[in-house]
Amino acid sequence: MNDGSLIALVALGAFHGLNPGMGWLFAVARGLQERSRAVVLQSLPAIAAGHAASVFAVAAVVTLTGSVLTSRVVSIGGGVLLVGFGLWRLLSTRHFRWVGMRLTLWQLAGWSFLMSSAHGAGLMLLPVLTHGSVAVHGHSHGLTGGAGSAVTAALFVTGVHTLAMFIVAGTIAVLVYEVVGLAILRRAWFNLDRLWAAALICAGAATLLITA
Amino acid sequence: MALWKPDPTFYPSPRDAISAPPETLAYVAAFDRSADRPDAIAVLDVDPGSTSYGSVVGWTDLPYTGDELHHFGWNACSSALCPYAPHPHVERRYLIVPGLRSSRVYVIDVKDDPLKPSILKVLEPDELAKHAGYSRPHTVHCGPEGLYVSALGGANGEDGPGGIALLDHTSFEVLGRWEVDRGPQYLAYDVWWHIAHDVVVTSEWGTPSMIEDGVNADLLLGRKYGHALHFWDLRKRRHLQRVDLGDEHQMVLELRPAHDPTKTYGFVGVVVSVEDLSASVWVWYREDGEFTARKVITIPAEPAAAEDLPPVIAPFGAVPPLVTDIDLSVDDRFLYVSCWGTGELKRYDVTDPFNPVEAGSVRVGGIVNRTPHPAVPDVPLSGGPQMVEVSRDGKRVYVTNSLYGSWDDQFYPDGVGAWMAKLDSGQEFTFDERFFPHGEDFRGLRPHQTRLQGGDASSDSYCYP
Repeated sequence: MNDGSLIALVALGAFHGLNPGMGWLFAVARGLQERSRAVVLQSLPAIAAGHAASVFAVAAVVTLTGSVLTSRVVSIGGGVLLVGFGLWRLLSTRHFRWVGMRLTLWQLAGWSFLMSSAHGAGLMLLPVLTHGSVAVHGHSHGLTGGAGSAVTAALFVTGVHTLAMFIVAGTIAVLVYEVVGLAILRRAWFNLDRLWAAALICAGAATLLITA
Repeated sequence: MALWKPDPTFYPSPRDAISAPPETLAYVAAFDRSADRPDAIAVLDVDPGSTSYGSVVGWTDLPYTGDELHHFGWNACSSALCPYAPHPHVERRYLIVPGLRSSRVYVIDVKDDPLKPSILKVLEPDELAKHAGYSRPHTVHCGPEGLYVSALGGANGEDGPGGIALLDHTSFEVLGRWEVDRGPQYLAYDVWWHIAHDVVVTSEWGTPSMIEDGVNADLLLGRKYGHALHFWDLRKRRHLQRVDLGDEHQMVLELRPAHDPTKTYGFVGVVVSVEDLSASVWVWYREDGEFTARKVITIPAEPAAAEDLPPVIAPFGAVPPLVTDIDLSVDDRFLYVSCWGTGELKRYDVTDPFNPVEAGSVRVGGIVNRTPHPAVPDVPLSGGPQMVEVSRDGKRVYVTNSLYGSWDDQFYPDGVGAWMAKLDSGQEFTFDERFFPHGEDFRGLRPHQTRLQGGDASSDSYCYP
């Protein structure tokens, strides 16, 4: 894994963590409801776990497919899929629907998994997955070196990405809960959905361009 | 079109909403009792600095007649900020306006020309019947899964049960019947929720056959109108609990849950007790996982001579207060209670919800008193304070005077008239003498519910304390 890919993974993790819709806002809401910072802190790992599961599912599929198909096929297929998904996110007015505030931590992790999957959080990592093709742990077979190393690679990508997401989401959640207050939402909650859709399209285009 | 920043009228918490700027326009549903002319949405200037303050400055006539506009609501509100499915970049710009008699639902755009809102979409009654099995749509709330529209009646030849229809909040199509398991619930009226506790509350009036031709004395004395509250699981759409207030308490109408999302109490008004014609306000609350209700306000009937009373109540020798609407300020401090029969609007301090303390009262209209408005002190008024709306900052209270066409005619047989009043609510609780649109200002239509531009005390729910 080269430095550029690593930075991209961390940056995307931070971007996902920043999005209120990906979970930090839910953690804050749960804490405010119970007037307890402990509840904020307990909620964050569950949210991160759901996000990680969603990202890992995509990473595993991509790397495993990459271990049987040529990386060129995976890149082109994945890139086209990603551009299409991004366009759909950009043009559709539908949003993720869920009802219910009172969730167990398991349900919260499930919510996070669905929320991340519906937004294509894992898909956004496609350029890294297909082109970060230098070794995990110093081997130079890239992400296409067989099923075992494919899973290892997927785990690594998921781990780095989720750690970045968790740190950013956690920092924001605690800051908003303790210091800033939710009124900030009215001023600073930019429409990340559009930016998100743009990121998906760019990631797809990047995947295709690098391949071509 | 999605916005880049959240709609400025959305507030995360009731504490934030209180700091909202004062409204400058109010929308009032107005209907033609004779159904000869179309009903309309009247636009009122409520900006005290404006030269047309207190007058009707715009009209949107509907394309049909006989709708009987009643209650209405917004396409989106502060619940769009809720954390589990946030979509704060939609706009609050459409009024969802049901016709209680026709079962049509109008979607009306107030953005392009706020003084002359335009009709974006009309849902015909068969949409509601086909997809949800309901008719007589009433209350509209913007919530997590879309728009929740309570409906009093069944459809396709059925009188009931009434229930909740779910509308998509972008296409405004009817998605279907909300209830998965309705338990013993049959009668419907209002709906609201404890949104942060995943609890829905509904109340009971009557089915269309019980109300459309006026209040039916046999049904009333037979205690057949609604007298219970229902609690539901908002996520699973299942009935949880029925709380009976006692069958002498007839017609359980407006639901006003606490705005503070950490709380699980709320207020509901009962129109009349058949034992002594009193009206009452109840508080519901949750204790050990179960909901209970307790009567916290009783308003007695006022003795009157039979010849001063309309036939419907002449035998009783008293005027029932008829509490037909209540409204709770966004800070959950003041509860306003309309006594449409006696012509009184009461204000209670409900800081302790179990011990309301009366904190002001004004008289206007009334079946017997006919109290004039101070702006026109020599003209006796028909009708009484009915629908109450409170501004987000809690400083201004608006009331209109019509209840429901056929019931207006029974209790005010010489004409219910048409008027709207505004009260200033601070240390004092008094009429604003500059604000009194009445009579021909409403072009012969009867004003019913008011919605304030940007939201009001009964339009928004909040997920954060």
